[in-house]
Amino acid sequence: MTPLSFEWQWSIDYFVFMGLLYIALGIVGCGLAYVIIKTGLQVFGFLRERHFDEH
Amino acid sequence: MNSAVDSALFPEGTRRCSAKLFFLWTLPWLALLAWGGLSAALCLWKGLNQTNMSNIFAFALWIVFDLAVIALGAGAFFTGFLTYIVGKKELKNVINAAVIIGFICYSGAIAMLGIDIGQPIRGWFIFWHANIHSMLVEVSFCITCYLMVLGIEFIPIILENRQAKKVNELRFFGHNLHGIMPLFAATGTFLSFFHQGSLGGMFGVMYARPFAARDGFYVWPWTFFLFVFSAIAVGPLFTILCTKLAELITRKKLVPDNVVQLLAKISGWLLSIYLVLKIFDTLGWMYGIVPKAGLTFMDFYKQGPYGVWMVVVEILICGVIPAIILMAPKAREQQGWLIFAGLLACAGIVINRFVFIIVTLAIPVMPFDRFWSYLPTWQEWGIALAIVGYGFLLFSAAYRYLPVFPKEKELNPIGEQGE
Repeated sequence: MTPLSFEWQWSIDYFVFMGLLYIALGIVGCGLAYVIIKTGLQVFGFLRERHFDEH
Repeated sequence: MNSAVDSALFPEGTRRCSAKLFFLWTLPWLALLAWGGLSAALCLWKGLNQTNMSNIFAFALWIVFDLAVIALGAGAFFTGFLTYIVGKKELKNVINAAVIIGFICYSGAIAMLGIDIGQPIRGWFIFWHANIHSMLVEVSFCITCYLMVLGIEFIPIILENRQAKKVNELRFFGHNLHGIMPLFAATGTFLSFFHQGSLGGMFGVMYARPFAARDGFYVWPWTFFLFVFSAIAVGPLFTILCTKLAELITRKKLVPDNVVQLLAKISGWLLSIYLVLKIFDTLGWMYGIVPKAGLTFMDFYKQGPYGVWMVVVEILICGVIPAIILMAPKAREQQGWLIFAGLLACAGIVINRFVFIIVTLAIPVMPFDRFWSYLPTWQEWGIALAIVGYGFLLFSAAYRYLPVFPKEKELNPIGEQGE
């Protein structure tokens, strides 16, 4: 549901409920985008690989 | 002998059983999956008349399994929280297993819900036409988002495979994902907190059913917090039980003792806090909600097989006893007692979910109502047990081909390894 959907109501309940969902999705999406871009830069040699500890 | 292709996929420095033995091991789990597949096909083709669900039991065996596996799978988010947010670095030795177990539990639960809703092609309605005042909608949002997070957490483990690591692009991607894992762990913690809580809150707000209804804080009934506490107390114990089962089957030591002890100690404390709250909640319900509804405590246990013994088993036998064992260092250091306590605590949480789902619906609400009984059909059992088969298959394949236990090589030098 988005503010463009016909069920949407401009009230605090909708902002909080749907807002939290989109924030969570946004964080996950931004995290993935960051990893994909960084990987692309490393693959094409624009960025050095960082070595992580064994996990 | 393993085929060259098969053994080339094994984690470095480890031994695995032959391909033939592994195939034989998978047969019972494949059989369970086949049973579940047939049951699912029947439900999708002929409808939910294949089940014994009704207008009385709209929630039945599948929801009991769902809530149970979601509580038991909470080890993933809570171990992730302890590892990446609190900074308990030693738990990195068990986090992979916790993530895989969580992924199995959540993906299995969502697959089962796909059949439960009757028309899976309309499953997206809950997202697009959301009733924002429904706790079930919050649960649906959080469970699906959290499964996505678990999938993301699973990817670096898959990319740690010996052959996958040789592909530069995959290695970079896996390492970069691993590098920002605290972000996903924090998001997973947020999502899990709310869906575990809302699963409990959903029962607490059933004001027309005094057996389940509870008072609470602001919009959250006490069951919201109790479900969160019970899940984070028992989730790590379920992870311990799964690793102990893997150790028993493979005849190897897979997780260092200090890691198991740390998780068990944390679980013991959380289980104790949960029990104190649960006992207060039960007393508050007995002397608050129940008399206000014009009933007495024993009115709920007069009919059917669900007597007071369920309260005793849930709180005392499967709650207080494992909490005492886990709180006593001497007791939890003995493997037998630790497993016994883990089994009891996990059983207690399954009973708790069963009571809130099935017993709540079975008990009459109106004076002219009667006690309703419910027994699942073979199709319901088939779909529910398919999760068990799926879980064993996925965990076995993950153990065979991925470095699920980082200390395995160190704890089992070549020559001393079992299979």
